[in-house]
Amino acid sequence: MLYNMHEQIELRQPASASWRRWLRWLGGYLAALVAVGGGVLLWGWLVEWQQYPPFILPSPARVWQKLGEMAFAGDLWRHIGATLAAIAGGLALGLGAAFSLGYLLGKHPRLERLTAPYIVASQSIPIVAIAPLVVIWLGSGLASKVAVTALITFFPALVATVVGIRSVDPDLVDLMRSLRATRGQILWKLELPAALPIVLGGLKLSVTLAVVGAVVGEFMGASAGLGYLINLGRGILDTPLMFVAIGLLVGIAQTLYLTVVLLESRLLRWQR
Amino acid sequence: MTPPIFVADSISKKFVDGRPLQALLPVSFQIEAGEIVCLVGASGSGKSTLLRIMGGLMASDGGAMWFAGQPHRAPNPAIGFVFQKTNLMPWRTVLQNILLPIEVQQKKVKSVDQDRARALLGAMGLDGFEEAYPRQLSGGMNQRVVLARTLLQQPRLLLMDEPFGQLDALTRERLNLELLRLQAAERMTIFMVTHSITEAVLLADRIFVLSERPGRLAEPVVVGLPRPRTLAMINTPAFGAVALRIRALIGEHGEREAEPTRSGF
Repeated sequence: MLYNMHEQIELRQPASASWRRWLRWLGGYLAALVAVGGGVLLWGWLVEWQQYPPFILPSPARVWQKLGEMAFAGDLWRHIGATLAAIAGGLALGLGAAFSLGYLLGKHPRLERLTAPYIVASQSIPIVAIAPLVVIWLGSGLASKVAVTALITFFPALVATVVGIRSVDPDLVDLMRSLRATRGQILWKLELPAALPIVLGGLKLSVTLAVVGAVVGEFMGASAGLGYLINLGRGILDTPLMFVAIGLLVGIAQTLYLTVVLLESRLLRWQR
Repeated sequence: MTPPIFVADSISKKFVDGRPLQALLPVSFQIEAGEIVCLVGASGSGKSTLLRIMGGLMASDGGAMWFAGQPHRAPNPAIGFVFQKTNLMPWRTVLQNILLPIEVQQKKVKSVDQDRARALLGAMGLDGFEEAYPRQLSGGMNQRVVLARTLLQQPRLLLMDEPFGQLDALTRERLNLELLRLQAAERMTIFMVTHSITEAVLLADRIFVLSERPGRLAEPVVVGLPRPRTLAMINTPAFGAVALRIRALIGEHGEREAEPTRSGF
C-alpha cells in the first residue's frame, strides 16, 4: 500500500516500557514507605531523647498499644463506623448536588451568573462557623455531620464539573449533532468522558475535605466518631487516644485519595 | 437523466452579534449524483457557513434545500460530514471512534459492523492500529480514521470542510488520490470546501467560486480533465488553464484577498 511505506508510525509505547513503568511505580511506593518509616523512627527517637510524658507526646509504641486495646476491647469500630458513615453520606449528598448543579451551570452560563453570588458566599464563610448552625437545625445525630461534610465537599466538585463541561470540544458537539445523537447520547458518549479528567481532579480535593467535614461536624456535638474521640481525649488528657484518632483519620483520607488516583489511572488510560 | 442529489435554492445567512453581518448572500446551486464539486473562495467568504447549512447544523435565513428529492433541514445520516479539524474522541480507540456513528444510530454494534469497520481500516492502511488511541497516531493517519468513520456510514453525499488543510503537502496529495479512488469505487457524491486551487482542480468535476463576504457564487467552472486523475496532470497546460480561470474568478470578486500582502506593517 502506497501510503504505509511513507508513514510507518510506531505506537509511542514499545512493549518493554510497560514493565519499566511498573518498576517506577513500585519505586514510588517504596519511597513513600521509607518516608513514613523514617518519620516514625524520628518521632520515637525524639520521645526517647527528651523523655516527654505521654500526655505531651506519647511514643509510637504507646500509641500502637492504645490502638490495640481499643480495637480488641473498646468500641473503636463504632467510632470508625460513625465517621465513615458521615463521610459516605456527605460525599454522596455533596457530590450528587455538585455534579448535577455543575452540569446545569456548565451548560447555561446565564444560570451561573445568577447563582454565583450565593455559591461564592457559601464558600467565604469558614465551615467551622456554619457547623454550629447546622447542628442547631439538624440535631447532633448523623444528619448534621452528613450536612457539614456535604457542604465542604460540594464546592471543589462543583467548580470542576462546570469547568469540565465547558471544556467539551465544540467540534465534537457538532459531530454528535450531525449524527443526530439524542441528548442522553451526547451526555453519556461525549460530555461525561470529556469532563472526566477535570472532574476527577476536583474529586481529589473533595474526598480529602470530606474527612475535615466529618470531624468538624463531630466536634460540634456528637456521641461517636473519630472527631468525638479527639474531643474526648483532649478533655481527659488522653493524648495517645488523640493520636490514634488522628492516625485513623489520616488513613481514611489517604485511602479515599488513593481510590480516586486508582480511578484516574483506570478511566484515563487514554491520556498516557 | 437522474435528478440532482442536492438542490439549494437561494439560501443565505446573516449573523446578528452586535451589528448584523451578512455572511452569505442568497446562493442557489445543484449537485448531481456521483460528481465531485469543490468550493473555493477567499477566507471569510462564508464557505464553512454554507457547508454547515448544507449539513443541517445551522439554519438558513431563507430559501430551501432538497436532498435526494426530499426537503432538507436537519442533519441526515445519509449526509456524511468531515470537518476541518480531526474530530476524534481522544478517549476512544481507533476502532471505537469508527463505530461511534453506528453506536449512536443503532444503539448496538453488531459483529457485522465490527468486521466491516476492520475491513475498512485495512483498506485505508490502518491495519494493526485498531486499539491505538488518536494521540498515538500522526495527523494524516487520524484524518484517515475520520474518513473511515464517515465512509462506514455509507453516506450518499459527503460534505468536507477543508479536510486536508492541516496536513503536509505530501500527505495531502496521497489522501487526495485515496479519496478519488474511494469515490470512484463507492459512487459517492462529494462536496468539498478547500482553499487550495490545485486540490480543487485535481479532484473536482465542477468548481464553485465564492466571493468575499458577503458570499456570492460565480458561474461554476467545469474542469473537464479525464478520469482517473493523476498527480502528473498538475503540470499539464489543461490543468493550468483551469487553475488560472479559478484564480481570475477569485480575483474578480475580491482582489485584496487573492494574495495576502504584509506591507502594511
